[in-house]
Amino acid sequence: MSVFAFYLFAISVVTGGFFTVVSRNPVHSVLWLILAFLSSAGLFVLLGAEFVAMLLIIVYVGAVAVLFLFVVMMLDIDFAELKAEMAKYMPLALLIALVILMQFVIAFGAWETNAAAEGLRAQITPVDRHNTEALGLILYDDYFLLFQLSGLILLVAMIGAIVLTLRHRTDVKRQDVVAQMMRDPAKAMELKDIKPGQGL
Amino acid sequence: MADFFMNTTLGILLVIVGQILLVVVPLLLALAFLMYADRKIWAAVMMRRGPNVVGVFGLLQSFADFGKYIVKEIVVPAGADKAVFFMAPMVTLVMSLIAWAVIPFNDGWVLSNINVAILYVFAVSSLEVYGVIMGGWASNSKYPFLGSLRSAAQMISYEVSIGLIIIGVVISSGSLNFGEIVAAQDGSYGLLNWFWLPHFPMLILFFISALAETNRPPFDLPEAESELVAGYQVEYSSTPFLLFMIGELVAVVLMCALIALMFFGGWLSPIPGLPDGIFWMIAKMGLVFFFFSMVKAITPRYRYDQLMRLGWKVFLPFSLLWVVFVAFAAKFDWFWGVYARWTVGV
Repeated sequence: MSVFAFYLFAISVVTGGFFTVVSRNPVHSVLWLILAFLSSAGLFVLLGAEFVAMLLIIVYVGAVAVLFLFVVMMLDIDFAELKAEMAKYMPLALLIALVILMQFVIAFGAWETNAAAEGLRAQITPVDRHNTEALGLILYDDYFLLFQLSGLILLVAMIGAIVLTLRHRTDVKRQDVVAQMMRDPAKAMELKDIKPGQGL
Repeated sequence: MADFFMNTTLGILLVIVGQILLVVVPLLLALAFLMYADRKIWAAVMMRRGPNVVGVFGLLQSFADFGKYIVKEIVVPAGADKAVFFMAPMVTLVMSLIAWAVIPFNDGWVLSNINVAILYVFAVSSLEVYGVIMGGWASNSKYPFLGSLRSAAQMISYEVSIGLIIIGVVISSGSLNFGEIVAAQDGSYGLLNWFWLPHFPMLILFFISALAETNRPPFDLPEAESELVAGYQVEYSSTPFLLFMIGELVAVVLMCALIALMFFGGWLSPIPGLPDGIFWMIAKMGLVFFFFSMVKAITPRYRYDQLMRLGWKVFLPFSLLWVVFVAFAAKFDWFWGVYARWTVGV
């Protein structure tokens, strides 16, 4: 049963990845990418890492991919031009790909697996704890300061992004929420008693 | 016979399918009557009669509607991306249904009793936004596209505060499993033991966020008739539209179940001494659904910028502060330890 599930998820990860690259329509690409994310979450579940699987779905599929879709849907891209542009750089791209491939081949060719590594791979979490609990203990007990530090780095990056994009424009109308809520008939209206035959 | 269902692959598969049908069929049947109840409550507030023609008291009105949707013609816009166009309503329906796999109706009455149940529901409900985006984009038309962008932005914004509220409850119960969250609310004082009392501000925030998350009034901006035609569903007709509608309503009922489980003790009886059971769970879900309907009847619609401001500038900071407060209260046993109902020692 779980072997069947593994092959199902594995095949759909590979299919999703493949069509992400070859799809002509960028929106289809993102949808295939989402399939790849979902299937890899399934693989995580099969590994016994259900917490990581859920985080993968919540963060990558629920937030990041939605933003991808937003951006891609609103772009108005001329695909013919893009293709012509790509053809120009194709030889260079192939060269770089070849170099990276050779590097991987060399690296993995010289890689000798430690005999003890097999045993480490089998036991991902302590047997008496949930995966979630084990992760929590590692993150908040053993590596507490490093975890906080990575949070701080993200905070700095976030503030940086806001600072870079924040512009105070004076030529647009803004709504002052407090002023809107404090508005009452006495301030907004003025009653006038106008005599017949007279204007204001 | 028992051996066949317990040990062979085919037998186990049949049992699983049977269990799934046991949840989905009553759910969809209940949905038809909830749709009817929704309209009846709305009508009663407006002093109208509501549906009263099909069946006794109009009870079969929803089935007549379903039949009507199914026999109509499916119209596909000329420039639509057909595959995505038809996938969108299916995504909406499937995503809203698979979340029920981890919702328990009674002690142990759950399809899949997983450790990270509440995260699973959160993950699946964050996927529901894809039905909306895909539907709006694939229609290849301006109004559905604008409607889907609005709706998606709204759903993502309120998911953030829903997530933080869930964290507060999880801190109090010390588990991500619904069974243990409900068990943490068990006690000798009946309904005073449930999380609605210590987490009362979050109950209100969760209810409002749930309204926004499921695109219900007063936050049904994707369907605001005066601004956008009918949101992302403009180009949909017949069965695809029906699937969208059912998917949205199932998501509403799911939110009712979540509120019942997280804040109102699920299947626990409100009065000490009375037996616990599935009828309490159903009664609580029904009560929450009644409030969902009432809100629809009595509130005016929000403006879009007000909605976004409420989500990001009011709900998000408040729920974040609440998480910090609950964390301290649970750690240092403030208020006689009501915030730390851990069943296991930590």
